[in-house]
Amino acid sequence: MKKMGWVALIAGLTSVGVLAQSKVSDDVVKIGVLTDMSGLYSDAGGVGAVVAAKMAIEDAGGKVLGKPIELINSDHQNKADIAANKAREWYDTQKVDMIAELLNSAVALAVQEVGKQKKRITMVSGAAASRLTGADCSPYGVHWTYDTYALSNGTGKAMVKRGGDTWYFLTADYAFGKNLEKDTTAVVKANGGKVLGSVLHPLSSADFSGYLLQAKASKAKVIGLANAGADMINSVKQANEFGITKGGQQLAGLLVFDTDIDSIGLPIAQGMYLTTGFYWDMNDDSRKWAKRFGERHKGKMPTMVQAGVYSQVSHYLKAIAAAGTDDPDTVMKKMRDTPINDFFAKNGKLREDGRMVHDMYLAQVKKPSESKGRWDNLKIVQTIPGDQAYRSLKDSECSLVKK
Amino acid sequence: MQAILSQVMIGLVNGSFYAILSLGLAVIFGMLNIINFSHGAVYMMGAFAAWMGLNYFGINYWAALLLAPLVVGLFGIIVEKTMLRWLYKLDHLYGLLLTFGLALIIEGLFRNFYGASGLPYSGPEAFSGAFDLGFMILPKYRAWVIVASLTVCIATWYVIERTRLGAYLRAGTENPQLTQAFGINVPRMVTLTYGFGVALAGFAGVLAAPIYQVSPLMGSNIIIVVFAVVVIGGMGSILGSILTGLGLGVIEGLTKVVWPEASAIVVFLIMAIVLVLRPAGLFGREK
Repeated sequence: MKKMGWVALIAGLTSVGVLAQSKVSDDVVKIGVLTDMSGLYSDAGGVGAVVAAKMAIEDAGGKVLGKPIELINSDHQNKADIAANKAREWYDTQKVDMIAELLNSAVALAVQEVGKQKKRITMVSGAAASRLTGADCSPYGVHWTYDTYALSNGTGKAMVKRGGDTWYFLTADYAFGKNLEKDTTAVVKANGGKVLGSVLHPLSSADFSGYLLQAKASKAKVIGLANAGADMINSVKQANEFGITKGGQQLAGLLVFDTDIDSIGLPIAQGMYLTTGFYWDMNDDSRKWAKRFGERHKGKMPTMVQAGVYSQVSHYLKAIAAAGTDDPDTVMKKMRDTPINDFFAKNGKLREDGRMVHDMYLAQVKKPSESKGRWDNLKIVQTIPGDQAYRSLKDSECSLVKK
Repeated sequence: MQAILSQVMIGLVNGSFYAILSLGLAVIFGMLNIINFSHGAVYMMGAFAAWMGLNYFGINYWAALLLAPLVVGLFGIIVEKTMLRWLYKLDHLYGLLLTFGLALIIEGLFRNFYGASGLPYSGPEAFSGAFDLGFMILPKYRAWVIVASLTVCIATWYVIERTRLGAYLRAGTENPQLTQAFGINVPRMVTLTYGFGVALAGFAGVLAAPIYQVSPLMGSNIIIVVFAVVVIGGMGSILGSILTGLGLGVIEGLTKVVWPEASAIVVFLIMAIVLVLRPAGLFGREK
């Protein structure tokens, strides 16, 4: 009898699946932006990410397959448990079809897991961990803008090629920092460089001078900053104060957002190399979009995270329109089959592990004399083709990749 | 050896910040019996006042060092007059909750207008270089931080412990009714003391602006450590908070050489030990 019940349940579920395939579930396509609205990453994602999602929906005409598109958002406060609960609530009771943005790796990993269990789509823009499409990949999980592998690969390789063959790391003492240090170490060694040492610092330290003195004493040519946000900003400011950059050592920021450069200021940040997935001033299309974005967001230019949110939401909506349904499996397949071509990515491709592969950019912070205004911070030094920037499928730890 | 000496110097700089912030807390607690949880927020306001002065009115660092504490102190006086005043007769907990709420509101407002990633602020030209001490390079500005905060700390200690004004203050703390009976305006003294304690935090904020990131969250990062300093030194003890602040800065610095990962918790470890052995703190008196 029990067995019969299971059969009936499965049959029921399958028929729901069949029905859903022919139309839009609940007669609405609902997108949830779950991001840091108030904490230390709120400038990189935050309200700007919601604005970007809104623009993507408006550009799609506010409707898909004749049904309205709705947008909701929430603050995950950088806490994975709050984020996971919100995701469950959204999927179960709020009719949310897709959750976007998800800055902060811990949050993204938790929410992607919820999506995997509930067979609903998650599209990560702001989080960094390459685990999202590695060991922890999901058939419904998409990682859009960048990851730790691409960042360390881009900056690490470029610095070694420019003569920075000895490294010392300042590493934030948690999963993200260690992941970044490990990935970069591998890249430095593979390119013939050497790592002389590293120091772990607690998350959200204010004073870095003690660690910087150790980095200085190591005489490494490059000091790799495997940290982010306020930690990275304070490290750079204080490295300048202790004359580290003047003494011939170079800083390599391994995760730097435009808003961070704005906060440090060009006189101090100038000359620093970084890798980014997008820069607002890289071509005519990006400038045009950034201008529209700025008009709606207090004149600020978009970060790569915010631009990524626009790109991922519009790709999702286009896939629904092309597939004729919002059924997650069908939409995922459509998204993989369709190349991404917009102001954000040229010929981007969504792989089976969930990684959206697109070109990355090695950038250098401008000198104050080269900058024409507040947001004119970077020059693109080199374009790193997508297939070289990201971890190749043959090295993937993702179980979805057939080898 | 070189590494240890240089970490001691660096520790002294950080200790200077701890000292001046915990001093403000100690003064406020001593006089008002208020545990001022908005101390981190006013420290942040000091740094922002310096930034605003420079960017909106062209006020340079030196003037900001004087003006920002005044502005922040004035803000403190308004808070005391309009809100804190009503809580003196109640349990400590109410003052703590009110000031904590204020801190959240202030930080939220600043974040709304200026974003979370912070703003650049460069220190005075005169201090842009560094001294070569042989065992380390000490940026001139860091040396200035030690000098400035020690001067302010010692002056505060002197005024409270060695002058007539200080005697009034201490008398007002011991027995407000009796002091008032001698014709001393205790409520005004309390208001000014709170303003002064808050101004000290504002002063520390300006000192910190060129070194640390000027951001709405800068205060909440440091305030927890500062509270630990106050608890270790003994709540309300003036000299205790100064010495403990400097001492803990140095210990924290040395931890960074031996075991960097532990540098964030060493202060709290010491706090736990002190609380077990001397619940009133190193310099506090048992009541």
